Amino acid sequence: MQTLQNTSWLGQALLSQHVLKHCTHSTHCTNLSNQPTEGHFDWLSPWPASIAQTVEATQMRGGLPNPAFTDADRKKPSTRSRYSSNKSSNSTMSTHPLIDWFPAQHRRPLLQRLLIVWAVALLIGLGTWIGNRASEYPSAFDASMVYAYAISTFIWLLIDLPRFVFKRLLSTQAPLYWPPALPATLMLLGGIPLGYVLGTLVGDAYAGKSTWALLQHNQNRPAVMALVAVGISLAYVAYFYQRGKAEALASQFTQSQLMLLQSQLEPHMLFNTLAHLRALIGHDTARALAMLDHLNDYLRTTLQASRQPLRPLADEFSRLRDYLSLMAIRMGSRMSFDLNLPPALATAPVPSFILQPLVENAIRHGLEPQVSGGHIEVHASTEGEQLLLTVRDNGCGINELALADAARPLQAFTEETRPTWGLCHVRQRLHTLYAQQASMHIYPVPTGGTCVVLRLPLEKQTRS
Amino acid sequence: MNTNPLTPTALIAEDEALLAQALQQELRLLWPTLQIVATASDGLSAVQLALQHRPNILFFDIRMPGQSGLEAAAELTDAWPTDTPFPLLVFVTAYDQYAIQAFEAQAMDYVLKPVRADRLARTVRRLQNTLQQRTQQTVTTDPLPDPVLVQLRALLSLRTDPHKTKPALPPLQLLQASVGKTLRMVPVAEVLHLEAADKYVRVFTQDGSEVLLRTPLKELMQRLDPQVFWQIHRGSVVRASAIDRVTRDDLGRLSLHLIDHAETLSVSRLYAHLFKAM
Repeated sequence: MQTLQNTSWLGQALLSQHVLKHCTHSTHCTNLSNQPTEGHFDWLSPWPASIAQTVEATQMRGGLPNPAFTDADRKKPSTRSRYSSNKSSNSTMSTHPLIDWFPAQHRRPLLQRLLIVWAVALLIGLGTWIGNRASEYPSAFDASMVYAYAISTFIWLLIDLPRFVFKRLLSTQAPLYWPPALPATLMLLGGIPLGYVLGTLVGDAYAGKSTWALLQHNQNRPAVMALVAVGISLAYVAYFYQRGKAEALASQFTQSQLMLLQSQLEPHMLFNTLAHLRALIGHDTARALAMLDHLNDYLRTTLQASRQPLRPLADEFSRLRDYLSLMAIRMGSRMSFDLNLPPALATAPVPSFILQPLVENAIRHGLEPQVSGGHIEVHASTEGEQLLLTVRDNGCGINELALADAARPLQAFTEETRPTWGLCHVRQRLHTLYAQQASMHIYPVPTGGTCVVLRLPLEKQTRS
Repeated sequence: MNTNPLTPTALIAEDEALLAQALQQELRLLWPTLQIVATASDGLSAVQLALQHRPNILFFDIRMPGQSGLEAAAELTDAWPTDTPFPLLVFVTAYDQYAIQAFEAQAMDYVLKPVRADRLARTVRRLQNTLQQRTQQTVTTDPLPDPVLVQLRALLSLRTDPHKTKPALPPLQLLQASVGKTLRMVPVAEVLHLEAADKYVRVFTQDGSEVLLRTPLKELMQRLDPQVFWQIHRGSVVRASAIDRVTRDDLGRLSLHLIDHAETLSVSRLYAHLFKAM
């Protein structure tokens, strides 16, 4: 149960992080200087300039401040905290300019970390007690424990808590809430010694002796102890940081897997196909069987492929053929398609389902709205070291807003506004798998319709 | 127009021919006296055929080429002749979580694809009862009863209202329109009203100029502040603060007059509720 809750808050936190991170990208894309250079776009074409946006996977990690949100922040000081954490818990609570309300989903992980710190403090207390027994200054068991717990707790308080309470001051962001290098260094440099001093004072008060007097007497021992404290604290920081990062990554992966599966088994398509089957069974058994076979293959490959990140291009194409055949039966004479895969590229590995959202988009937003329907072409080719996958339709074309939205983070959409969701998804997956080596370009076709071109590195195929 | 309750008429709008045929067959079995007067394969011809045949019942698919079943129904509320009662509406959909919730909430009749005979039978019974009641109430003051308008309005707003979809995208500040070889940046603050024209939107600004956007009005609406811009017609959105007065003609139709602008804009019956004296 606890892990489930953790992933859900992480999901939310991730979501907000994506919103913050990727909106920068969308502003890049509306920039006119981002026209593709390949010459696919004709400045004289009837399409407005903003259509010629190039949606490149390479631009995904924009570190620039986000104009959309800084605008909102200026108007309303609590906006940022609302986006960076649970909506219900702190959309209205952060009013003080320095103190942000503690994000509710972080209470449990915070307590977890405290418990880990305390468990290690027990070991440290035991260690110092046993170690000191043989030394010239033996300390009582209880006093060792008080020192260990006081120092550990103070350092934990000074380092773990401010990250959440002074989010804006330290400019920490979800999901890790870890400040950038400079504030982080200051926080560690200030927090660890201060925590050590405070903890020692508490221990001194309990044990009724003065560590500072001891320092004058024997300079080595307290200095060694302080160094040990610093070392242990830094180890904690590194450990918790890595742990948080791993959790964030895992939840990001889970979320994208879920979205992927949801997109593959689009319910509208599934139920419409079943409605057709039901209608056909009675009077056209042969066509019903053909349709059932396509559906079978489509479902089987979909479920199989959702478990592997890369698949041979030929598999991807045969799955597209099943999908398009199903759609062709449904749309009748309104739809035709053409798949073109050169035999040499049949074994080239590509991300599973990378073409599916593009073909779905072409049908749903290009062909379906058009009374006359249209034609879809999918083909693979090479250009130097790159694999080019093209999905082209002669449908009603993509509009400016949809194109701008294609550059947005996919979490910014709901099911209702999902038209461009598929494009965001493809872009994100390309980036995850190939970083800057892959790209996605969307062009309006001057004669009507839309063309999407994916470029992936070809050398990747030799590895798997 | 057929007013005989014994031989009611219906129109089916469904883009997938096979499914239209299947629905027709099911209906034939369940309701032998129902005459299917026409089958439309897209949202545009659905409106034309409905006006031409004036059936008692409309079976509209939601997702159709041209325009959606909801939009077609909305268009019909304006175009429907005043001497005929508005048809009973049944929406047919394969899978549309939001739509189904909305239909339930608005008590609009709907049928899920694949259509099950028992579920369709229930719809048929309800339709028969309503038609029966209609013929008994001989005096019909309004051919288009208010509940239908309220229901349709709610259904349509669900699809366009940005507040209903969770993380609303920030409202647009600038409209980017290509004029010849140049790109014009039109601040939204200067926009007076917008008019849908096919796939385009004509944008009229305060200084009297006009630009063309290649974005459907429906999508543009989701990015405009609904407090500032009011939809007054299927294809017309106006800055509320720019409205000078609203007048009503003899047939009850509303017209908007803008401040400092001579032209008038007509208000759809669907949105007439926005203009009531306080």
